[in-house]
Amino acid sequence: METPLTPYLPIALVLLIAGGMAVIIPFFTGLLGPKSVNPVKSSTFEGGNIVVGSTRQRFAVKFYVVALLFIVFDVEAVFLYPWAVNFKALGWFGYATMLVFASTLVVALIYIWKKGALSWES
Amino acid sequence: MNELIHGGLYGGMIVGVLMTTTAMALWFERKFAARMQSRLGPTMVGPSGLLQPFADVVKLLQKEDIVPFQADRVLFNLAPPLGAIAAISVAAVIPFSADIIAADLDVGVLYLLAIGALGVLPVFIAGWGSNNKFALLGGMRALAQSVSYEVPLVLAALVPVILTGSMKLSAIVEFQATHHWLVVWPFFLGVPAFIIFMLAMLAEANRIPFDIPEAESELVAGITTEYTGIKFALFYMAEYVHTLVASAVGAALFLGGWDGPFAPGLGWMVAKTLALFGFVYWLRWTLLRFRSDQLMALCWRYLVPAGVVLVAASAVWVVWVG
Repeated sequence: METPLTPYLPIALVLLIAGGMAVIIPFFTGLLGPKSVNPVKSSTFEGGNIVVGSTRQRFAVKFYVVALLFIVFDVEAVFLYPWAVNFKALGWFGYATMLVFASTLVVALIYIWKKGALSWES
Repeated sequence: MNELIHGGLYGGMIVGVLMTTTAMALWFERKFAARMQSRLGPTMVGPSGLLQPFADVVKLLQKEDIVPFQADRVLFNLAPPLGAIAAISVAAVIPFSADIIAADLDVGVLYLLAIGALGVLPVFIAGWGSNNKFALLGGMRALAQSVSYEVPLVLAALVPVILTGSMKLSAIVEFQATHHWLVVWPFFLGVPAFIIFMLAMLAEANRIPFDIPEAESELVAGITTEYTGIKFALFYMAEYVHTLVASAVGAALFLGGWDGPFAPGLGWMVAKTLALFGFVYWLRWTLLRFRSDQLMALCWRYLVPAGVVLVAASAVWVVWVG
């Protein structure tokens, strides 16, 4: 009964066991812990003051830029993995091909650096 | 049927061992930190305070579970278990010895990078779901940090894959056992890749000096601000498990895993993992916290270019030497 998915079976079981544990433990605290709700205790903590304004506000754009950079670089880096496994068979030809691909990554990095996307201080 | 028994056995073992080790690690860290600061640390519960973590768990279980009115209840309650699951499930592919591996996947390295990266989602879910400004700031910082350090992490983990020609963790350790450990030879590739890998792993696990998401001097407690009792403990546990798993993966990829003379493989793997783990504590109680912008600069200006150079150099090395 060997299928391509057989090696993944233990992972499913680990997930199941870990998941069961992580769900049951907080459930116990509901049984054992006290339960007294009052408006002051259950209000959002903001240094002991009354909450000012909403949490859902506009956020600094640099976080958005980082997310974009991540997608570009991480996808490119993950593409290198299948190449790395077959690398010995491909030899210098494979190396040259990948160098062209990876150089776009380097050029992109230099570009965003010069554009100032990496300077968080300002 | 056989696979089912095998998987269930190792799955239960991994979860059980990780939980116990985490509790012991907590005790060890408190003692270690106390000694560094000329204190005694826990002494009351059990011999040398050894049972303190278990007493803490019992205490935290009896605490009230507060959900703020403003919070998004579903996300708020979902985040802590998700964090624990993400941290534990990475351990499924770690080769503890030549035959103690829960799942020896052909794409082991890819699996652990992918699931390891999932760990940031619960952190952000907690930050967003708490509907608290401190928590949201912590969540956003955690996201930016993990996502940035994912790039050098993937590049550094690529070095052993290129050098050994396999993504299977057992094959990588096997290669190191028959040739050399990667930090020994070629050390000019292995050592820098190992350092980048460990730094990036620490940043992903939000450990000091990279614990900006919960910088208590500026963000109260960051993402855990609104969490009480056992839910807070689950976050804490996830962080410890993540560090432990990071140490184990570092040991397997670069320090030869179970390979070593005299002692059985499991002993070597555990010794290497715990040595790395102890080193992480040492760093934690020695260094200060970085600023957010310093952290991003370190990643994008130094680690990413260094990672690209290392990958290119490893490829040249493999073609040249054969």
